[in-house]
Amino acid sequence: MDHNDQHPHDAPHVVSYGQYVLIWLGLLALTGITVALAGIDLGRWVIVTALVIAAIKSTLVLNIFMHLKFEHRMFRWFVVITLATLAIFFILLFFDYAFH
Amino acid sequence: MKPSESAVHAGHHHRDDVGSKIGMWLFLFTELILFGGMFLAYAVYRLQYPNEFKLAAIELDALVGTVNTIILLTSSLTVALSITAIQEGKKHLAQVMLGMTQVLALAFLVNKYFEWSHKFEVGLFPQSDVLLSKPPGEIIYFGLYYVMTGLHAVHVIIGMAILAVMMGFIASGRIAKDNAVRLELGGLYWHLVDIIWIFLFPLFYLIH
Repeated sequence: MDHNDQHPHDAPHVVSYGQYVLIWLGLLALTGITVALAGIDLGRWVIVTALVIAAIKSTLVLNIFMHLKFEHRMFRWFVVITLATLAIFFILLFFDYAFH
Repeated sequence: MKPSESAVHAGHHHRDDVGSKIGMWLFLFTELILFGGMFLAYAVYRLQYPNEFKLAAIELDALVGTVNTIILLTSSLTVALSITAIQEGKKHLAQVMLGMTQVLALAFLVNKYFEWSHKFEVGLFPQSDVLLSKPPGEIIYFGLYYVMTGLHAVHVIIGMAILAVMMGFIASGRIAKDNAVRLELGGLYWHLVDIIWIFLFPLFYLIH
């Protein structure tokens, strides 16, 4: 009763075990880099590097673990709109904060 | 619009996998906004009290945070692997992977428990005399720490319950090779909890 073969468009994209393990190794490496960088005094760049690395890690999780890369384009737009909304919150807040 | 055609008949029941995923993603966005508000509060207070945040963060053990990060990243891997396993029809492997996820999630919470109990022992808990005697910036840091990592831990517990239900579905055959969307949705929730931690970890544990 397997319909997948008859309906190729119905079959989900199957990510290989190897690709998942590779992404996991990448995430561990990035964690190592964040921890190592935290030991060095980079001044105000500490927070910047930490957030950039966290953003890269999240992109890997979203694209591969959460299959965003293999879903319809619409899903990516959803994510972009949500993140843009959050970004607007942050930008408005920092404007308000800067002039207080 | 290929994927949206997946609403076609699978077996005897009408199914709309894309619709299910849209619903799940919309829910995840509300979660993102929930935590986003807290990250906003964090940003404002960190700008206001940069030195107090640094001093307060010394109390946190970066090693515990790092270990918990590795644990959560690995638990995300095992969930992802379980989805591939079920898509290949390997029911047993999927169950083993989800079982490993549960063990890792439990290990995360046990670490969290010891971490928090240690803080309580040295008197660093909300409204404690030790904490209230500290400058406002440090009190706010610990307030944010308890609320944000606490809410995250609640999400880990909910995630464990969801994955336990998924294991039940696999056992009963409701999740199977040609019908894995439920497991994918459960996985999406688990990965979101992982992403939240990816940001919490450097913001609380790695301030120097």
